[in-house]
Amino acid sequence: MSIIVGYVPSSEGVAALETAITEARKSQKLLVVVNSSRGDALVDRRYVQGDDIAAVADRLKAEGVEHLILQPVRGNGAASEVLQAADEHQADLIVIGLRKRTPVGKLIMGSTAQQILLEADCPILAVKAAPRN
Amino acid sequence: MDVFSSLMDGFATALTPMNFLYAVIGVVLGTAVGVLPGLGPAMTVALLLPVTQVLEPTSAFIMFAGIYYGGMYGGSTTSILLNTPGESSSVVTAIEGHKMAKAGRAAQALATAAIGSFVAGTIGTTLLAVCAPIVVKFAVSLGSPSYFAIMILALLAVTAVLGSSRLRGFASLGLGLAIGLVGMDSVTGQRRLTFGQPLLTDGLDIVVVAVAIFAVGEALWVAAHLRRTPANIIPVGQPWMRKQDWKRSWKPWLRGTVYGFPFGALPAGGAEIPTFLSYVTEKRLSKHPEEFGKGAIEGVAGPEAANNAAAAGTLTPLLAMGLPTNATAAVMLAAFTSYGIQPGPQLFESEGPLVWALIASLFIGNFLLLVINLPLAPLWAKLLQLPRPYLYAGILFFATLGAYSVNLQAFDLVILLALGALGFMMRRFGLPVLPLILGVILGPRVEGQLRKTLQLFGGDPSGLLSEPIAVGIYIIVAIILVWPLLLKLWRRSRPQAVPAGTAGPLPQDDQAQAGSDLRMAEADGGANDGSEMAEATGSTNQSVHARRRQEEP
Repeated sequence: MSIIVGYVPSSEGVAALETAITEARKSQKLLVVVNSSRGDALVDRRYVQGDDIAAVADRLKAEGVEHLILQPVRGNGAASEVLQAADEHQADLIVIGLRKRTPVGKLIMGSTAQQILLEADCPILAVKAAPRN
Repeated sequence: MDVFSSLMDGFATALTPMNFLYAVIGVVLGTAVGVLPGLGPAMTVALLLPVTQVLEPTSAFIMFAGIYYGGMYGGSTTSILLNTPGESSSVVTAIEGHKMAKAGRAAQALATAAIGSFVAGTIGTTLLAVCAPIVVKFAVSLGSPSYFAIMILALLAVTAVLGSSRLRGFASLGLGLAIGLVGMDSVTGQRRLTFGQPLLTDGLDIVVVAVAIFAVGEALWVAAHLRRTPANIIPVGQPWMRKQDWKRSWKPWLRGTVYGFPFGALPAGGAEIPTFLSYVTEKRLSKHPEEFGKGAIEGVAGPEAANNAAAAGTLTPLLAMGLPTNATAAVMLAAFTSYGIQPGPQLFESEGPLVWALIASLFIGNFLLLVINLPLAPLWAKLLQLPRPYLYAGILFFATLGAYSVNLQAFDLVILLALGALGFMMRRFGLPVLPLILGVILGPRVEGQLRKTLQLFGGDPSGLLSEPIAVGIYIIVAIILVWPLLLKLWRRSRPQAVPAGTAGPLPQDDQAQAGSDLRMAEADGGANDGSEMAEATGSTNQSVHARRRQEEP
């Protein structure tokens, strides 16, 4: 029984993480944070390293939620890593961040969120980034 | 003032809109491949050889020169921001450059690298314009015995002085010479190593060999090691320097240039050794020695200037004598031949306008590089986010297309794959690629000079020693070959002695000594920066090696 959150260092990712923390505290479940990379580019800004991942871990500790941070690099896309984690940890809820994309952009880039929505077996909570002030 | 007027003519040719456009394409492509670790100017020039067959030779060479210089600029960006040198010649830059970037001074490091490269490149190109005609005057006086000796020196020095393992170097050289032998003997018309295959009678096309070894071999290697934890890149703003940075940079730039040019011009000089020497020198002379190892700007300025000056130096023997000293120069030599231009001392005579346009385009390219590198550095760093499968798929496509288009022979594709597999195996077992390429390209020329000498002297081998310069060079060759053995014996006889190189005089322009000083630089670097970087640097005469070390956990 767990809550899975797909985390990337962007405003959408942070929003998803915040919501997931709230949910996990409410239901007292294990929070699994998934931050993955395909590992095929030399640099991947969405893969959190060093101080940044330590900051996330500290945050989770401070919130007092039971948590697990997964950072798989095995050539799979982010969607399949999230789905696999959901499978392994028998997720009751997946939290993901949604970003705004134009129809053309989506056609070209595809959508990680869409793949998770279509293929997951549990409820999904999709969060949007907090509006910028 | 003859040089000056020729150079001005060169500028007139190089600044025509079409040629200027090719210069721009060249420097942009060059910077891109320089930024990306694993891709280098040699591979790029090889891939473009078939494509440029339809161009004017002048335009093609202007583009190649831009790629070559651009590669030298681009390498520093990756070194500084990622600690993964894009080119073997910017390995040293990473030592201080990455530390600077970590300390939030990436902008200054990039600026000193770019401006230093510009200063050194401009001075180096001026030296090239001045020195090359002098070398030509000297070179035309040489006979075949001396030429033969110089080429032997170039081959052996590249194999024995650079790289970590002589055995691997010689294995690679042997492979290259064997590939160079395939085809019809130019004197007797005998078929060699053709295995009864008529398509091999004309020999292997150098374009196919170069594309296979550089592009296909590298692509297969990367495909086999595709997944790796992404590195952390340091974000950077606009490169700029403060007054104090200028003050601390200009002397290292000039000193780096002084190291770089002669080493680039020497056979087996290459750009790696002078960058080391420059680093060690700056460390000694610095007023802020405590900053070394924590991000000293001198440690970026000096080596970056040295590698660009070396790039200019490399072109001196290439243009003046037809003698390549690194992989890119070797491929450019192959390009000369494929245009039907005979490289050698007569090049300045027979192809004067082309050569001077090329040299003028180097000045232009240098300036363009400064312009596109200073403001666009953050953009170049974005290139590293490119998924490598797309990149290498494109390279394989161009490699195949290029190899096929040279002769429109399907058989060439078989050769491409076979040699590509060879290139992969060489990377797998740590064989340097440079001796092989030099062997393939220089091998037939060495043979030609040997045959000519022997014919002149009626088959008497003593004819090889008939010129004093040849004798002198053979002595240097002997020193290069025997030196490490002597060193070993000396160490064995005094086992408690300090390993050679922890203390020693500053290096002279002597290749044999350069070897031992390289070790010294390694020892110094190791003490300061962890052994990993020093080890990677010591073994690289190919960028692939530098990267390989880093990729393997």
